[in-house]
Amino acid sequence: MRKKQKVLWKLFLSTLYLSAFTFGGGYVIVTLMKDKFVDKYHWIEENEMLDLIAIAQSAPGAIAVNGAIVVGYKLAGLAGVLTAIFGTVLPPFLIISVISVFYQIFRDNFIISELLDGMQAGVGAVIASVVWDMAAGIAKKKEWTSIVIMAAAFIASYVMEVPVVYIVLICIAMGVIRTVLAGRGKRKK
Amino acid sequence: MIYLQLFFSFLQIGMFSFGGGYAAMPLIQEQVVSRHGWLDMGEFTNLITISQMTPGPIAINSATFVGTKIAGISGAVVSTVGCILPSCILVTLLAWMYLKYQKMDLLQSVLQSLRPAVVAMIASAGVSILVSAFWNGADVIALADTRWVMVGIFVICLILLRKTKWNPVLVMALAGVLKLLTAIAGIG
Repeated sequence: MRKKQKVLWKLFLSTLYLSAFTFGGGYVIVTLMKDKFVDKYHWIEENEMLDLIAIAQSAPGAIAVNGAIVVGYKLAGLAGVLTAIFGTVLPPFLIISVISVFYQIFRDNFIISELLDGMQAGVGAVIASVVWDMAAGIAKKKEWTSIVIMAAAFIASYVMEVPVVYIVLICIAMGVIRTVLAGRGKRKK
Repeated sequence: MIYLQLFFSFLQIGMFSFGGGYAAMPLIQEQVVSRHGWLDMGEFTNLITISQMTPGPIAINSATFVGTKIAGISGAVVSTVGCILPSCILVTLLAWMYLKYQKMDLLQSVLQSLRPAVVAMIASAGVSILVSAFWNGADVIALADTRWVMVGIFVICLILLRKTKWNPVLVMALAGVLKLLTAIAGIG
């Protein structure tokens, strides 16, 4: 019992620390989780951790939260899940709460509003650059289904304003159908 | 009932954003800007900017930000819980299944079909942000109303990101400073 409490406490502190000091999104934080839980604490085996990370990345939701859930579950079951989620969510929750209070006050300030205004062009550039890399990665593989999905989804989303949820559901259905068909093909051979 | 609306909006965001990082952005835009009007496009872009400059996932940051704005701290808590609840259930289930059966072909296949669509939807949200930045959130886009200072800042940022591989946070800070300087100088 005492040992489990110690694990939970350490899990809480680790996730809190990782969440508070990791800039750059989910892919960075799962790498750091691997460093900490596999290489430093030796709580999880490397291969298992890689699979757990794959689960965190393929399930819906924020990767950092999903990463915390898989690690928490592996280490201490449901109590671990709750502890890890709490540790991960607390820092952004507190930081953004404070910022949003100030945001209302600061938005009318000339300097802040000009800075925020200019940063819109900056964040647009960051997103453009990210999309550029991701789209190039998909186009390079020369799988025409992926390229068609990408083009169709953009038209559906931006031009036709189809709700995102439907686009996601259609793609999930396509993935399931592909798996079933591939399974059948294998069996015939 | 505003709490229920917040909860179910962020529940959808948590449930249907696959791929992490920017993948939640189009969903947040749809729920928060288009459907409920809790933020306008300019505020939404500011939120994305703030999310980029602070630690934490965009979805959690948005839940806290929008929740606080619409219904105070309790709104933030409700939105955040809504946002993580689907992950909580689904990921725990998947982790349990994995540790028991160690198989996940279907998941990989679904992800393969989703990935290109996620990229396209991020692009779509990105275009909305740029349109809002270049035309200051106007409904009708006219060439004469284009804010060329913003277009210029965008091009400079893109070059810095692509050619010199600057850190995105630095690039965004620079964009803000450039706009401030041009405003002080009375350009644009």
